[in-house]
Amino acid sequence: MNRPKMVNFKDPETVRDYPMGATCDSDHLTSINAGWRTFRPVIDQEKCIKCMRCFLVCPDGVIDKSGDQLEIDYDFCKGCGVCAHECKPKAINMVKEAING
Amino acid sequence: MERITARNLTNEELFYGHKACGGCGESLAVRLAMKILGERTFASLPAGCMSAVSFIYPNMAFRTNAIITPFASTGAVAAGVAAGLQALGIKDTYSVGFAGDGGTADIGLQALSGAIDRGDQIIYFCNDNEAYMNTGIQKSGLTPFGTKTTTSPAGANLPGSTTMKKNMFEIVAAHDIAYAATASVGYLEDYMMKVEKAKSVKGTSYIHVLAPCPTGWGTTSEITISLAKEAVDCGLWYLAEYEDGEFKLNKNPKEFTPVENYVKKQGRFKHLKDAEIKQLEAARDKKWEKMRRNWVK
Repeated sequence: MNRPKMVNFKDPETVRDYPMGATCDSDHLTSINAGWRTFRPVIDQEKCIKCMRCFLVCPDGVIDKSGDQLEIDYDFCKGCGVCAHECKPKAINMVKEAING
Repeated sequence: MERITARNLTNEELFYGHKACGGCGESLAVRLAMKILGERTFASLPAGCMSAVSFIYPNMAFRTNAIITPFASTGAVAAGVAAGLQALGIKDTYSVGFAGDGGTADIGLQALSGAIDRGDQIIYFCNDNEAYMNTGIQKSGLTPFGTKTTTSPAGANLPGSTTMKKNMFEIVAAHDIAYAATASVGYLEDYMMKVEKAKSVKGTSYIHVLAPCPTGWGTTSEITISLAKEAVDCGLWYLAEYEDGEFKLNKNPKEFTPVENYVKKQGRFKHLKDAEIKQLEAARDKKWEKMRRNWVK
């Protein structure tokens, strides 16, 4: 998986801990988006023809193509379903998230 | 120029972990533009969805330099960044502005106009989702006829918005800009080609990309891309370019898909009566007749 990772962020304790300026440094992710999801996209690697369409259309860029197989970063996938809708061989299934599933 | 496809597009993400709604077309446009422009890019964003979802302190979704500008001054701030880079002798960089439709066609129009007039070395993106979505769906100059928004409600006497989309692409082209283009997130190869082209332009470039908003358009999140494609296929949006003083139509469909199919998918058009859909079609036909007459050689 080759995607940006969360940083270890501690809440500022004194005024000196605040960054200079109005924002933090770039590439500063302090919370994940996984909790937004109702359905999770699952790639059926047997059916996948690696056309990379899902990688291209993902608004969040969570599909990584650097490995042998396409991989989804579930920390930042919001479960919007664009990838499954655009997948021509229907290799992506939207599976309901469940606590005991 | 090598065609950019999903295969040769870099795997590195420069806009990641943002808090845009699921299925946001605008964030896809910004994501792909950043990938093509690369890490030596300075982004200027006014108040609007894209700044609201990426600069949530202490979260920061851009992996490059980025700044929030006053609402009216995307063009001015991007031009200032470009001037600063030149003064400091920092080369091989891009200064880009990412504004929404309201931030471009209404509030930021004069700053954009000034930047084009001066020929500043910037790439300006108008991410058009056809209303002020970030503040809760108010009508903008680029909201099409018949759209229900909170400031153009639909009812017995009004069909929602009573005006057609402002002709932003031709307003920009009328400045005799170095390069301008329209695009849609439904035709991503075309969009990426236009971003790639803008990289080597001397002077100002403007890319106007239509990007559906599931929240504001009242659609399910998964159809964003297919809906943006249908907008072009039914003729309510068009893919065109302006360079060297000439307009060019990139896609000239022989037949349009029915406008009715496109509008009936969306909550914002649900109230439209047949007569109003006819009005949309008549405006479309008039526009295309003119474009075909003047822009097709």
